[in-house]
Amino acid sequence: MSDVALQQGRLHLRLPAGWIVAVLVALAVLVPYAAPQTFAWAKAYPATWIVPVSDWLKAFLYWLARDLTFGLFTFKEMTRFISSLFGYALAVPKAVFSTGITFGDEDGAFHIPRVSWAGLIAAVTVWSYMLGGLRLAVLGFVGFAYILVFGQWDSAMVTLSQVLLAVLCGVAGGIGLGILAFRVPRLEGAVVATLDFMQTVPTFAYLVPLVFLVGVGPVSGMLATILYAMPPMVRVTMMALKRVPPELDELARMTGCQPRQVLWKVLVPSARDDLLVGVNQVIMLTLNMIIIAAMIGAGGLGFDVLNALRQANGLGKGLEAGLAVVALAIVLDRMSRALVELRPVHGAAAQHRRRLFWAGLAALIGFTLLSFAFPALESLPPEWRITTGSMWSDVVSWVNINLFSTADALRTFLLIYILVPVKTFLIGFPWVGLLAVVAGGAWSLGGWRFALGMTALIAFIPVAGLWERGMTTIYLCSISVVIASLIGLPLGFLGSRSERMHKFLGAMCDTLQTLPSFVYLLPVVMLFRIGDVSALVAIVLYAMVPAIRFTDHGLRRVPPSLQEAGTMAGCTGMQRLAKVELPYALPEIMLGVNQVIMMALSMLVISSFVGTNDLGKQIQVAISQADPGKGLSAGLAIAFLGILADRMIGRWVAARRERMGF
Amino acid sequence: MAMVTLAPTPDSSPGKTRLSADAPPALVCRNLWKVYGANAETFLRENPEATPAEIRAAGLFAAVRDATLEIRQGEIFIIMGLSGSGKSTLVRCLSRLVEPTAGLVFYEHQNLLRMTPDELIQLRRHKMGMVFQNFALLPHRTVLGNVAFPLEVQGLPKEEREERARKVIDLVGLTERAGHYPRELSGGQQQRVGIARSLAAEPALWFLDEPFSALDPLIRHEMQNEFLRLQRMLSKTIVFITHDFDEAIRLGDRIAIMKDGVIIQVGTAEELVLKPASDYVAAFTRHVARAKVLTAGGVCVPVIPGEPLGPIVPASARLAEVAAAVLSADAPAAVVDANGALLGKLVKASLIADLVGGGQ
Repeated sequence: MSDVALQQGRLHLRLPAGWIVAVLVALAVLVPYAAPQTFAWAKAYPATWIVPVSDWLKAFLYWLARDLTFGLFTFKEMTRFISSLFGYALAVPKAVFSTGITFGDEDGAFHIPRVSWAGLIAAVTVWSYMLGGLRLAVLGFVGFAYILVFGQWDSAMVTLSQVLLAVLCGVAGGIGLGILAFRVPRLEGAVVATLDFMQTVPTFAYLVPLVFLVGVGPVSGMLATILYAMPPMVRVTMMALKRVPPELDELARMTGCQPRQVLWKVLVPSARDDLLVGVNQVIMLTLNMIIIAAMIGAGGLGFDVLNALRQANGLGKGLEAGLAVVALAIVLDRMSRALVELRPVHGAAAQHRRRLFWAGLAALIGFTLLSFAFPALESLPPEWRITTGSMWSDVVSWVNINLFSTADALRTFLLIYILVPVKTFLIGFPWVGLLAVVAGGAWSLGGWRFALGMTALIAFIPVAGLWERGMTTIYLCSISVVIASLIGLPLGFLGSRSERMHKFLGAMCDTLQTLPSFVYLLPVVMLFRIGDVSALVAIVLYAMVPAIRFTDHGLRRVPPSLQEAGTMAGCTGMQRLAKVELPYALPEIMLGVNQVIMMALSMLVISSFVGTNDLGKQIQVAISQADPGKGLSAGLAIAFLGILADRMIGRWVAARRERMGF
Repeated sequence: MAMVTLAPTPDSSPGKTRLSADAPPALVCRNLWKVYGANAETFLRENPEATPAEIRAAGLFAAVRDATLEIRQGEIFIIMGLSGSGKSTLVRCLSRLVEPTAGLVFYEHQNLLRMTPDELIQLRRHKMGMVFQNFALLPHRTVLGNVAFPLEVQGLPKEEREERARKVIDLVGLTERAGHYPRELSGGQQQRVGIARSLAAEPALWFLDEPFSALDPLIRHEMQNEFLRLQRMLSKTIVFITHDFDEAIRLGDRIAIMKDGVIIQVGTAEELVLKPASDYVAAFTRHVARAKVLTAGGVCVPVIPGEPLGPIVPASARLAEVAAAVLSADAPAAVVDANGALLGKLVKASLIADLVGGGQ
C-alpha cells in the first residue's frame, strides 16, 4: 500500500487533478475487493454504523399525529378536518355519478337516480363531436359504450367521480399556487424547489404518510391523487403566465386595469392554451394515481385491477377492468386535448357549437329524468351486459399453455445471463466504491461542492440501512434504462428519418403515455408471471416513450445546413449520423434518457407488485403494515436516486450545450 | 442659409397639422434617466452628470440618459432611433409603464411620478391610449370585445361600451369584422383593432410604439395614411415611436432622434436635413427625398433690394411642388409667407444644388 501512496504522491506533482480523482476512485473500488479482510468495513456497510432514519421518521410522524398542536387545534384535528371536508366534497360527485341518492329506509325509499348511462354516453359523444369532430365522437362513444357493455360502469363511475373532484381541486389549487408564485417573486424559488422534490418522490411514497395520518379509504386516495397531480399544474401556470407577451401586460396597465383586472381579464385568459395543457396533464396524472390509490382503499376500477393481480385466476377480469381504465384514459385525454386545440369562432360556427353543447347537456339531463320511470336507464340490466372475463381467462390459459415455454425460456435467459449476475455484482459492490464513483463523476461534471452534494444523496442508501433494497433498485432501474434506451433510441432514429414512422411512433407514444402505469402490469404478469423479469418488461414498456420522443425530436432539430455540410464533405449516411447529427442531438437525447430514468424509478415502485424485492417493495410493505417510517425512508431513497440522476445529467447537458453555443 | 421656416406654416402638407411653436406643452419631461442595475438610484443621486463610461464602470446600464422634451398639445411628436437606442424605454417612462430612475414627467401640469397607483389608473383610463408594435390583442376576445376592453375596465355597462366600441370600429373601417377573433384577421386589420382599442376611451394623449413596423411595406403605407386621416379628425397629442426615418418625416410635426439613450436632436424634418446636429443625424437624413422635405421658405436666400423677381411661391411649399415653376422662370422666384410678406428668393442654380443635397 505504501508503494501506491508514494506513487500517488509523486503523481500529484505532475498530473492534473482529473488523474488523481480517477486513481482515488479506482482505489476505493478495487481495494475492498483486493483485501476483503482488512477492508471489510468498506465492502459491506457495517450494521453498527446504520443510522436509524426510519425510526426517526416514524417518531416524527407519531409526534405529528399525537403531539403537534397549533394552539387552537392539533395537527390530528387538522388532518381530520381536511379529510372530512374532502369526504363531504367527494359525496357530491359520487352521488351524481355512482350511487344516486336514496331517502328513507328500504320499504318506502325514494330514490333519485344517478346520471343515466344513456345520458352520459350521449353527452360524451355529442361533446366529443363538438370538440374534435366525428373521429373523436366515435372514440368517445366506443370508449364509454365498452365500459357499459362489459359491466365496468359501476366501478368506472366511482373512478370518474373521484377523477372529477381531484381534477377540480388539482387545477384550482395549481392555478392558485402558480399565480401566488408568479405574483410574489420571493416565493417562487421555494415553490420551484418544492415542486422539484414532489415530482421526484415516487408516487407510492405519498400514500404512506397519508394512510398513517388520514387512514385507509377514498379520501386519502383523493388527497394522494391531488398531491400527485397538482405540481405540474403549478408549474404550467407559472410558465404560462410568464409566457404571456409583455405587451399584453403593458396593455392592461395602460388601459388602467386594477391589478386584479390585469390578472383575470388579461393574463389568465391569454394563457388559456398553456393552462389547458396543464389541465390535460392533471387529468392524466389523476387517473394514473387514482388507480394506484386503490391500494389504500380508493375503490373503483383500480380496485378491480389490483384485486385481479392479487388473485391467482383473476387475470381475465383484471384485463377487462384494465381495458376499461384504458378506455376512460384515452377518451378523457383526447377530449381534453381537443379542448386545447379549440379556437374561438364567430357567427354560425359559434352558434353550432353552442347548440351542440346544449344538446349534450339536454341528453344528459333528459335521460337521467327518464330513468325515474325506466330503471334500466340508470343501471343496465345484467342480462344485457357482456363479459369477456372468461374469454380473457381462456386467452391467459392459452398463453400459458402455448407461449409459456417461449416466455419462460426468455425469462430464464434474462435471469441467468443478465439479471442475476448484475444484481449479485451490484449488491456485492463495495459501498465506499459506489460513493467514490458518484463523487468522481460529479466532481468531473461540476466541481467539489457539486460532488459533495451528490455523494451525500447516494450515501443515504447505505447509511439508512437500505443497501440491499437500494442496490436492487439501482440494478433494476439501470438495466431497464439500458434496454429502454436500446429499443427507444433506434426507434426514435427511424422516426426522424421517415414521416410515416414519425406519425406511427407519435400515436404509439401518445397511447403508451395515456395508460395508467398500473395497467402495464397485467399483460406482463400474464406472460412472465411474478418476478424481476415481469417488472423489467413493465418498466421498459412504460419508460421507453421519452427515449423515442427525444431522439426523434433531437435528430429532427439538426439544422438542414449542417446535414448538407456533412453530405457535401463526402460523408456516408452512417458517417453523417455518427459525426454530425448524433453529436448535435446528443444533449436532447440525454434529456430523454433522463426522463427514462425518472419514469423507470416511478414504475419501479409500482412493479414491486409483481414481486421484486427493492425499495418499492419496502414501501408496499410499509403501507400494508402501516409503518410510515420505513415507507418514507424508502421513498426518500428513491427520490434521492432520481435527484442524483437528474442533476448529473442536467449538468452534463448544460455543459455540452454551452460548449456548442446553444 | 436663411432660417425662416420656423414661422408657422399651416396646411403645408395634406396630412399634417402644423402647429405654432407656442401651442401649450402637454407632456413634458426633464432630465429623465432610466438606469438599470443594483442601486442605480443612489448612484445617480451621487453622480448626476454621470458619463456612459462611469455608468458602465459601476456595473449599470443606462437605457435613457438625461432626456428633456416638451411635447405640445395636438402635435405629432416622433421619437426616432434604431433598436436599442432607448426610444421604447423613454416612451414607457413617459407613460410610467417603466419607473424612471431620476427626472420629472409632467402631463398637463400634474407630476406623473408623484401619482399614487389609483391616480395613475384613473389617468390612464381617461387620458392615455397606446398602440403596440405587435398589436397586443387579447386572443380570447372578438374585435368588439377587444375594442370595448378599456371601457369594460372602467366599469361601463355592457350596452354603452359596445355602442361606443362600435363607433370606433366604424371609424377604422372594420364594421364588418366586429364579431371576428384576432387570429381571423390580417396584420393590417389587427393593428386597426389595436388603434381602435386605444381610441375607445377617447384619450387626449396617444402613444404609438412602432405601430406599423410589423406590417409589410404596402400595408404600412396604407396604415400611415389611415393614421393621418384619423389625426386630422381627432387632433390628439401624439407620441409616435419609429425606427424608420421616412415614416418619421411623413408623419411627424417634430422629430426627436435618439442614440444610446440620449436625445441627440429635436426638430422638424427640414431642420434635421438642413442643420443636422451630428454626423449621426446627417447619416440618417442623407438618403431622404429632399424635394419632399425642404420648403421654399427653408432654403430661400435674402433678396437684394430692387432685384426683379419671377413667380411667387408660398414659404410653406415643398420644393417638389415649386421646382417646375422656379426652373421654367427667367427671374428668381419670390418666397412669401402666409401674410404675403416677402421672405427671400429661390435661385435656379441653388435650388438644383438643394435638391441634389449639395446645398450646404
